[in-house]
Amino acid sequence: MSDTVTNILLVGVGGQGILLASEILSEAFMQAGFDVKKSEIHGMSQRGGSVVSHVRYGKEVHSPIVPEGEGDILFGFEIMETYRSLPLLKNGASVVANDLCIQPPSVLLGQETYPTDLPEKIAALFPKFLLVDGQGLAAEAGNVRAANTVLLGAVSKRLDIADECWIKALEKMVPRKALEVNLKAFQLGRSL
Amino acid sequence: MKEILSGNEAIARGAFEAGVKVASAYPGTPSTEILETIVNYREIDASWAPNEKVAVEVAIGASFGGARSIACMKHVGVNVAADPLFTLSYTGVGGGFLLVVADDPEMHSSQNEQDSRNYAKFAKMPMLEPADSQECKDFTRFAFELSEQFDTPVMLRSCTRISHGKSVVALGDPVTGLPAPKLVKNPSKLVMLPGNAKVRHPLVEERIVKLAEYGATAAINRVEMRDAEIGVITAGVSYQYVREVLPNASVLKLGMVYPLPMTLIREFAAKVKTLYVIEELDPFIEEQVKAAGITVIGKDIISRCGELTPGRLRKAFGLPDAAQTAVEKLPGRPPNMCPGCPHRGVFYSLNQLKAYVTGDIGCYTLGFMPPLNAMDTCICMGASISNASGIVRALDPEEQKKVVAVIGDSTFLHTGINSLMEMAYNQAPATVVILDNRITAMTGRQDNPASGWTLSDSQTNAVDLVQLCKAIGIKHVRVADPLNLEQTLEALREEMNRPEPSVIITNRPCVLVKREGVFQKGLVLSVDQDHCTGCKACLKIGCPAIEWQPSSDGKKGKAFIDPMLCNGCDVCRQLCKFNAIGSAK
Repeated sequence: MSDTVTNILLVGVGGQGILLASEILSEAFMQAGFDVKKSEIHGMSQRGGSVVSHVRYGKEVHSPIVPEGEGDILFGFEIMETYRSLPLLKNGASVVANDLCIQPPSVLLGQETYPTDLPEKIAALFPKFLLVDGQGLAAEAGNVRAANTVLLGAVSKRLDIADECWIKALEKMVPRKALEVNLKAFQLGRSL
Repeated sequence: MKEILSGNEAIARGAFEAGVKVASAYPGTPSTEILETIVNYREIDASWAPNEKVAVEVAIGASFGGARSIACMKHVGVNVAADPLFTLSYTGVGGGFLLVVADDPEMHSSQNEQDSRNYAKFAKMPMLEPADSQECKDFTRFAFELSEQFDTPVMLRSCTRISHGKSVVALGDPVTGLPAPKLVKNPSKLVMLPGNAKVRHPLVEERIVKLAEYGATAAINRVEMRDAEIGVITAGVSYQYVREVLPNASVLKLGMVYPLPMTLIREFAAKVKTLYVIEELDPFIEEQVKAAGITVIGKDIISRCGELTPGRLRKAFGLPDAAQTAVEKLPGRPPNMCPGCPHRGVFYSLNQLKAYVTGDIGCYTLGFMPPLNAMDTCICMGASISNASGIVRALDPEEQKKVVAVIGDSTFLHTGINSLMEMAYNQAPATVVILDNRITAMTGRQDNPASGWTLSDSQTNAVDLVQLCKAIGIKHVRVADPLNLEQTLEALREEMNRPEPSVIITNRPCVLVKREGVFQKGLVLSVDQDHCTGCKACLKIGCPAIEWQPSSDGKKGKAFIDPMLCNGCDVCRQLCKFNAIGSAK
């Protein structure tokens, strides 16, 4: 095992299931035998604010937060939050994002506009960018709400962790009645 | 066995392994999940208290009965609990006593960022500071041994990054062979009348000296010698940032930050060329080290405000930052009250009436945000009512009429009730709105004495707020439906005009309460695009389900309701003068 620590950031809007996704990730890394640390802020953010969750794994992890400008992978649940978080990444990082826009209050009120060209801008800054039709593929798996697991599948392909660790983590963290749909959603994401 | 646990979950596990019998807390981010996890250990009697002072007093009672006990709160909660705490330091304990406090540097969800380590020094009790979840568990367990060995209450300080951060924890077996709780009379130790307290104070001072000596050799404080060029004294999450940014530095890693092991610090200082103290918020360690005559660099390079981060530490040491991608400015994304939130209609009405609103701590503090803009002050839990009571005394009768205090049900029972007694007692002519949504919502929907349920989810007595306010001496108490704007406006208008204290209790539950039969989702509403004139009246309530859609042909835009988000509260329909809002087809 090398000494390098891999830094993953999960970003989106409060209520999107970012906590659960980062917990599944962390569980998979522990299953694979790594040290892992995870940190996020909740509290006020759960009421529709921006959420950033940090997951770091490696032989030994010290800081629970990713040092600014050192993120290796950005896992975006919402496009504007994905773009907002780009300064956290290092050059050449991978970005996997859900093709979803959630309008903040100022846009809902018609005071500001939601930029429409964000996917192109992200792709220009980070060539390793994958835009995922999370909702569409989740519907294909059997439930639109499994979009997060589709994305998790897509992210998993960019990490060197054995298949069974992911499956074990999903089995542990996802409620039993939703497991079948989530396993399917995960595989759809992984095939991207 | 290994598990990934948050700091809060690990503290709960530590309490279980230590054989804790009684746990009490008031919820508050970032401390809330400690009790929510403890309640799953059936061996522990865990409950929500109406406030932090009561939580500490419940735990003290259990300790005096010989049981290990724990009280948990966030930093500002210690201000409320300070009174019993300082005297508990004099009496000492029966069974081990631990107060867990979770600080919030950077104020992610708090009104200030006070440094709780000062309380340990002030109250003369030891303070432990874990640096990850494993230490959260280990230190919690250890705290009870320390408490019993030195006959002292112990504090353990976490912070947001420790409480809500997760890392790998090796679980242990619970202790066995603890003595069974029983009543032992010892009034000279436990009745703190002046005569008895005078005897106890010197013992408290001796205890701190002994604890400092103990800390010099205890495993909880450790020296990690690496390169001797730089030596760092640090504790808690700051230790992790030091290891991340200065991997070659020698470190004195403190697990007990009060009292400080000064002999150990002297020895360490003598071994390194330049000595630093790296700590978040106050120069708590630094000032004591300097007072001992040791040269050290600390707050000269690290801010007293906000969280420490690896980036900030790097900057402090003049190390190059990682290159960061520049992005253009985007619309912000502040938190907002939920679609269907029963508070929205109240704040809309207060804004319409141009009230001067003294506010309090909870979800409803978001009534401050545009477009509602309906909160003018917010100090601490319970302060809304007493602030209103005070401000009216300074105003002439016309101005007095504008003053309205808003407070949630949980906050009211926390400390607002004392303020309302004051208002009734001194007959301050202000209006109080108790926003009763049957839950402590902001921290994640915890039950309270008015909700009718306990932490372990069993049904219980529910405080009758109307009768309570009357019993305190408020003559004018009325209930209003906050989803009925006309009724809410009318109630507010009448009570604001009344030159006497009065209370309006709003009666709709939080939309997030999942308990069956509490919240019922209404009809989903929609905007009839033919009738919508684009007047934007419905946007004034700032509901996340209502969206403004600009027209592509340059004409006036129209409102649109997202059926996925709408909870059918009906408030927007009441604002539409053109009958453009109705049930979705």
